Amino acid sequence: MGYEINKEGDALIVKVYGEFDLHAADYARRDIDKYIRSQGAKHIVFDLGDLTFIDSSGLGVILGRYRHISEKGGRVAISGVPPTILKVMEISGLTRLIPFYTDFASALQSVS
Amino acid sequence: MKIRNRMKLEFMSCSENVGLARVAVAAFASGVDFNLSDLEEIKVAVSEAVSNAIIHGYEGAATGVVTLSALLSDGSLEIEVEDAGQGIADLEQAMLPGNGSDPERLGLGFVFMKSFMDDVDVWTEVGRGTRVKLIKSFPVSENSGKTAEN
Ligand SMILES: Nc1ncnc2c1ncn2[C@@H]1O[C@H](COP(=O)(O)OP(=O)(O)OP(=O)(O)O)[C@@H](O)[C@H]1O
Ligand SMILES: [Mg+2]
Repeated sequence: MGYEINKEGDALIVKVYGEFDLHAADYARRDIDKYIRSQGAKHIVFDLGDLTFIDSSGLGVILGRYRHISEKGGRVAISGVPPTILKVMEISGLTRLIPFYTDFASALQSVS
Repeated sequence: MKIRNRMKLEFMSCSENVGLARVAVAAFASGVDFNLSDLEEIKVAVSEAVSNAIIHGYEGAATGVVTLSALLSDGSLEIEVEDAGQGIADLEQAMLPGNGSDPERLGLGFVFMKSFMDDVDVWTEVGRGTRVKLIKSFPVSENSGKTAEN
């Protein structure tokens, strides 16, 4: 698993690759929060186009960031969820909480 | 009930091993007629059970031992994930969705296990540990299982 964190305008772009499980969750959570603070990002876009696996630990990281960001009035969007992963996302309720987009550009536009 | 294959794997309770458990079970189950989405769902269920053993059973300590066993018989796959950790005081409560105390956790591990497997059975005792049995059946085709008979 890996991730890339970039900033575009007010938004932090978090691209997650591979398997987002317990092992990845601790590092990802710490790094994303560090970037939110240091970059003063208001919104987040999770680009999940290259995700191959996610379970409740990975979903917990996304939900936790969503809570922090929305408490401060920011917006969160998700783009490119692979079909194999969509069912887990739906059962988790995240699809009802966070707007999902098929393409990254629309996701970014929705938060800016 | 004819046993076609079985395996047992013991590993330390560190987070790296959640991926190991998924890969092992996926490889073990790949010989039968599960389709790809079944295999993905089995991987999620195993990931949840093993993650729980590590985070809750051993409270995040990497020094515990997690045992993963799997049994393939005609028409069904049975997986067991066992820890010798703290156990669950109120199992009924623990199995309800969204009941975790940690705001970083969804409290969905058991929900995923139950939605993705045909049957989930939990044995637990405070101070002794927890064993989660995950069962999923698969369609038996006429020539499946030939390799095991040779
Ligand atoms: N192996 C275990 N040992 C001890 N307690 C456990 C074990 N497995 C589960 N539990 C208890 O059951 C609760 C519910 O587990 P479940 O996996 O459904 O949710 P969670 O782990 O809290 O959150 P999530 O799985 O969404 O990250 C846990 O919070 C924990 O208290
Ligand atoms: Mg869990």
